Amino acid sequence: MAGETADFRVPSPRLWVARQVQLAAVAAVLAVVLGGGCWAAYSPAAGLRALGVVLISAAAAWWSLRRRVRAWGYAERSQDLLVRRGVMVRRLSVVPYGRMQFIDVTAGPVDRWFGLATVQLHTAAAATDARIPGLSVPEANRLRDRLAALGEARSAGL
Amino acid sequence: MSAPSAGTAPGRRAATASGPDGAGASSGAGGAGAAPRPADDGHSTPPWSRLHPLSPLIRSSRAVVAVLLVLVPRPLIFGDRGSLVVELVILGVAVAGAAVSWLVTRWRLHGAELQIETGLVRRQSIRIPLRRVQAVDLVRPLGARITGLAEVRVVLAGQGVGHEGLSFLTLAHAQRVREQLLALAPGPAGPAAVVDGVQDAEPAVGGWSWPGARGKPRGIPPSGSPPLVTTSTARLLASLLLSLPALALVLLLVGWGIVTARSGDAATVAGLVPVVLGFGGALGRRLNYQFGTTATAGPRALQVTSGLLQTRVETVAYDRVQAVRWVEPLLWRPLGWCRLEVDVARQRDAHEEPAANPRLDRALLPVGTRAEAQRVLDRLLPAADLTGPVRHRPPRRARWQKAPLSYRNLGVWADETLLVTSEGRLRRTRVVVPLAKVQSLRLVQGPYARRLQLATLHVDLAGRGGWGAVARCRDQAEAALLLDTLAARARSARRVGMPT
Repeated sequence: MAGETADFRVPSPRLWVARQVQLAAVAAVLAVVLGGGCWAAYSPAAGLRALGVVLISAAAAWWSLRRRVRAWGYAERSQDLLVRRGVMVRRLSVVPYGRMQFIDVTAGPVDRWFGLATVQLHTAAAATDARIPGLSVPEANRLRDRLAALGEARSAGL
Repeated sequence: MSAPSAGTAPGRRAATASGPDGAGASSGAGGAGAAPRPADDGHSTPPWSRLHPLSPLIRSSRAVVAVLLVLVPRPLIFGDRGSLVVELVILGVAVAGAAVSWLVTRWRLHGAELQIETGLVRRQSIRIPLRRVQAVDLVRPLGARITGLAEVRVVLAGQGVGHEGLSFLTLAHAQRVREQLLALAPGPAGPAAVVDGVQDAEPAVGGWSWPGARGKPRGIPPSGSPPLVTTSTARLLASLLLSLPALALVLLLVGWGIVTARSGDAATVAGLVPVVLGFGGALGRRLNYQFGTTATAGPRALQVTSGLLQTRVETVAYDRVQAVRWVEPLLWRPLGWCRLEVDVARQRDAHEEPAANPRLDRALLPVGTRAEAQRVLDRLLPAADLTGPVRHRPPRRARWQKAPLSYRNLGVWADETLLVTSEGRLRRTRVVVPLAKVQSLRLVQGPYARRLQLATLHVDLAGRGGWGAVARCRDQAEAALLLDTLAARARSARRVGMPT
């Protein structure tokens, strides 16, 4: 894919930990609800089967999530920002600094607990998807400030 | 459509069409004298104006029709005095709400801003800086056409801002306001534009100058100039008959006919009615919005009028054109017809009534000959050539394994300022994009394409997605190279267009 020669940075390793925590939480809730529900409604064997299904799906989700988190990358070039993501469907976005309209930095509760944030760039196009999750907070702030400064310096009208 | 109610601020704000001195009567025959005069000393602020008194009625015309058809005749027919009184009371409250909504709304042009204030309980004040105005449209729904009114709709740029409008003013006043707004809106070189060789001064804070007074209003072709291209009604009707909904309808009717003939039972016609209505409605909508589309070329923009029941006047500024699309559906190709659509850098929001299908009202030329389309294209993007053979086809392996049907028509080529992509088999489509308008570029590669080492390049443009140029099934390495090349060319094209 394009830009392989560019110097791609990856999100913080804590992102993987945070995603695992989220996955474990969801799997635990589902296991209790479905397993317990089947146990109570039908039979202990059905409850165990439901638990098995939840565990297998959680394992599959874990494996796919691991690949996806690894595949995320971003590179700040001199004139534009490259963002790559995706495992099954690989995507690479090129967003020129002059076209950025605004940058927003968000952090959900799990992200905040791990000291992470997500940076998303917006242009005038709704189809632009330049989203970098799992950046450490100082890195996210640095990126945001740098992008904002570069965007202002090179902005063009519509 | 917002119902006329007192407490809420309606989504549409409106101002009455009285003269600048605040006189109540709408002065359609006022002519130049009734237009707001530029401030003399640059410090006095122009007075507020109101909308036409019938505006709330027309804004909620559907509710009015429902009221008249349902509420009023029922007690008269059934002779129930009690419910008649109740319904008259409801009617009275609605009328009072409409009157209040008219009274509290006011607007003016002040300090290079369009200011609209509305609302009784929750006052709402809207300031639209004219710098951000992309286009000013004149929309006349059926009710407005009957009463001789029009809505001035201001279209803004970028995301997150809906359109605002003055609904409704008398037609002559609306046209004057539109000319003023277009004169004050920025031109291609940025906020301060040159009109007839005279540099426009920035409007002073606290007062406003009217640059249009020193020169012609921007973007409006001189009245009476011959149209560039007109959509002939006969061709439009024929194209509707050759379109997909019509064919489906014909097939359905034929099928029903066969089934009925076999079984001899015609009672199934009841099931056919909603389907016929659905398809017929789609065709009728197309006819309504595309009827008589006429494009007239002005110095900086095309003026496009269209519509059967609801007429619209839109401005397509040359420097706002992001993409032009040339479509040749299968059934039109033997007749040599094609369709030209244009994407302008403007925001279309969900409230806009016109089209369930946004493509309907973006067509500069809904159906026309190739020569006509070429004429319009020459005006919009003089250097574009969309009629030649396809250049730079994808690699051979894409043909049998990825895009067997459309391979013959896939291609992408670009020079320093323009990018052209070609795709489609049943509807041959070519899209030309000025590289200066490119927002972002994306390379997408699904698992199957990865095995074949193919990738698809998307070019994103401002506004809602789905309309950008797409280069499908390119070789992986070539697509990567194209990405970098286009990014570099887009940057230099942007720099050319920027003010120094």
